[in-house]
Amino acid sequence: MVVETEIYKKLHDLSERIRHLLTNSVTVSIEPENLLCSIECNVDALPVVCKQLVSRIGLSFATMIVEESNEEWLIQYVFYSSRIHILVNVMVRQEIDNPSFPSMSSIVHALDWQEREAEDLFGIVFEGHPVLGDFVLHEEWPEGVNPMRRTFRPEMPYPHKETRPEWQPRRILQEPGAFMMPIGPIFSGISESAHFLLETVGEDVVRSIPRFFYKYRGVEKIAEGKHPMEVVLLAERFAGTSAFAHSLAFCHAVESIAGVEVPERAVQIRILFAEFERFRHHISCIEAICNSTGLAVAASQAAILEEEALRLSCEFAGHRYLFGLNIPGGLSKDLSKEDCTGLLKRTDNILKRLDRLYKMLQYSSSFLDRLEEVGIICTEDAIDYGLVGPVARASGVCNDIRKALPYKGYENVEFSVPCETEGDGYARLRVFFQEAFQSVMIMSQTIERLSDEPIYIPIKDYPEGSAIGWVEAPAGAAFHYVRIDSRGRVIRYRLTTPSFTNWHGFHLAAEGFAFQDFPIILATFGLSIAESDR
Amino acid sequence: MSKWVLKGLETGVKTTVYPEKTETASGVTQGRPERLELLKDKRSVVNICPTGAFKINKNIYEIDLTRCIHCLRCLRSPEFPPAGWTGDYEWAFSVSEKTMKGPFSHCLHIRVVDGGACRACLCEISQTGAPYYNIHRLGFFITPTPRAADVLMVAGPVTDHMRFPLKEAYEAMPEPRAVVAVGTCALSGGIFGRSFASSGGVSEILPVDIAIPGCPPPPLAIIHGLLILTGRRPSLSVIDKPESRRKDK
Repeated sequence: MVVETEIYKKLHDLSERIRHLLTNSVTVSIEPENLLCSIECNVDALPVVCKQLVSRIGLSFATMIVEESNEEWLIQYVFYSSRIHILVNVMVRQEIDNPSFPSMSSIVHALDWQEREAEDLFGIVFEGHPVLGDFVLHEEWPEGVNPMRRTFRPEMPYPHKETRPEWQPRRILQEPGAFMMPIGPIFSGISESAHFLLETVGEDVVRSIPRFFYKYRGVEKIAEGKHPMEVVLLAERFAGTSAFAHSLAFCHAVESIAGVEVPERAVQIRILFAEFERFRHHISCIEAICNSTGLAVAASQAAILEEEALRLSCEFAGHRYLFGLNIPGGLSKDLSKEDCTGLLKRTDNILKRLDRLYKMLQYSSSFLDRLEEVGIICTEDAIDYGLVGPVARASGVCNDIRKALPYKGYENVEFSVPCETEGDGYARLRVFFQEAFQSVMIMSQTIERLSDEPIYIPIKDYPEGSAIGWVEAPAGAAFHYVRIDSRGRVIRYRLTTPSFTNWHGFHLAAEGFAFQDFPIILATFGLSIAESDR
Repeated sequence: MSKWVLKGLETGVKTTVYPEKTETASGVTQGRPERLELLKDKRSVVNICPTGAFKINKNIYEIDLTRCIHCLRCLRSPEFPPAGWTGDYEWAFSVSEKTMKGPFSHCLHIRVVDGGACRACLCEISQTGAPYYNIHRLGFFITPTPRAADVLMVAGPVTDHMRFPLKEAYEAMPEPRAVVAVGTCALSGGIFGRSFASSGGVSEILPVDIAIPGCPPPPLAIIHGLLILTGRRPSLSVIDKPESRRKDK
């Protein structure tokens, strides 16, 4: 009760401050049970509202959600405060036959790609946005076809042009000796599909133009009309390497719609596996970094540790990538006490060898030469682009959703958020290592206080409603927005993933560095294209 | 740099005993649902499958592995008794008659193409090259260019945007060439199915020779698929005899 009144007070103070700053142009309401402060404003007031929230109140951007109903468009701009741990939701509406909103990307730069995506998928015009079009849907798609519109039928392949048009960026570098080097969509040994166009006049990359969404599977669209039990399968399978984190965010959202309190034991085991997944994910990133620098022995060592972590997952959770474990209402499999201690003991063993690897890498000068002062992102840029996760934390933005918006279970765990300031490849490598160490620490704390409760509470039916679920996925902050209709089906599923947020800022790191550093910079970001493309 | 050499030597040999012997280490595979005689209450397990991988054929329920997404619901459902489950990994099978025997069988170059995979399949493919599995010892190599490749290994449901790059990669390959589809998405579209954004499987675009089901298939299943292609191991339809392996967990 004390906590609730505290939240109420914080929200009340904030809403008073917003009212004071924005006078009469907005309606402010608070929902203490959802840690939410909602602001309803009209389209004209939107720029002022966003500006005040970001620059005066110091909120961080979380996600943008576009929804279409029979009468109107609704866009929700969701921000959060890492200081007082609450969400702020700005809602703007527009009539259905007037899909036009002012672009906010000059005020909140992280909105740049969000708006481009919404323009492609919904056909909404963001007035004042410098580049719209050709983002999610490539040229084969005719103008005016917007797959996220309610009228669009997703079941069949869309009958579009069968010839492959040649893609060219809008601007090409005009300098003597300038040339372009295309990378992808199919490149190097085993890589995800994406296209990078590097422009150069010699050795240094002047501009790097990424082209994504080769892997666009329309997850948000095909989730519509499905039961939450089916959508959770999509949530974990669109990005297999952070499956547990994403299914967890989805479960948080639907559990909050259903008003279900998950038993304490389920919460704790969820933390256990979420941290184990982070541990495995970071080892995998470390392996990729060693591989990109050509340090074969270190890469092999990391690959051995990764495989052992995968085997541990399979042994204790039944699946090497933790699929099928999270279901709305809890978990599908319980761990016995012996399982928990066994898991922790063997994770500790991997951790010890990871620590040895870390020490050896720190004294391998040829390896460090390839990472130090390469792919630098400065703090100001990281804030401007709203970068998240290890990439941001290596650039001095010490932001972690587990601390900023503590979700179920993390209120009681003690851990530190590793932070570096250099913003180069080596800083990112150190953050990966240190976070892996912290994860094991969280796991051991969780196992110590494991409670005896069931691990699953069945959810009988889902009422109409919407909610946001969030987690700190291995690559950074992930927000899942779910709206459920009166039949208990998902009618809107919005995914904002850390990879999508961070790829936006990738060009900052790639530009100004030599060609041969490109694969290394790519590896130090540790991002997934599947997670970004959805 | 000598310390790295020593570190490598100190680690010793980690490589699996497969295919000479059966790998028995725990956690190398998540297993798969098994063909079983239909009991009265097993019917509900058939209904619980989200992708319709179970098919009832007279008294036996059969499993269409190309649809199984390893959601483990048939195994863990709190309301129904679990399905049969087997912990093996040799579940790849050949779709066409094509094999790459003779000069290719111990020197096969593979180009891996991501057709919209979730990355789990790709991670498992890269694990096959890592010390624990080390496909190089079996004469399989990952190559960066399709022009030097004998095998095109495709993961993912083949998204709309990847159709042309995939076709181009295939056309750039010299004959004889084979296509290996890795993962349930590549075989049936998996959870993404057939939609405006995904083709619902590699076979919609290219002729598939070897199918490796699984979500994701463990590295040993991927190796099994490559061994079938080179005629060094039998395909699933030959080795799978449900009577001899029945095990109700």
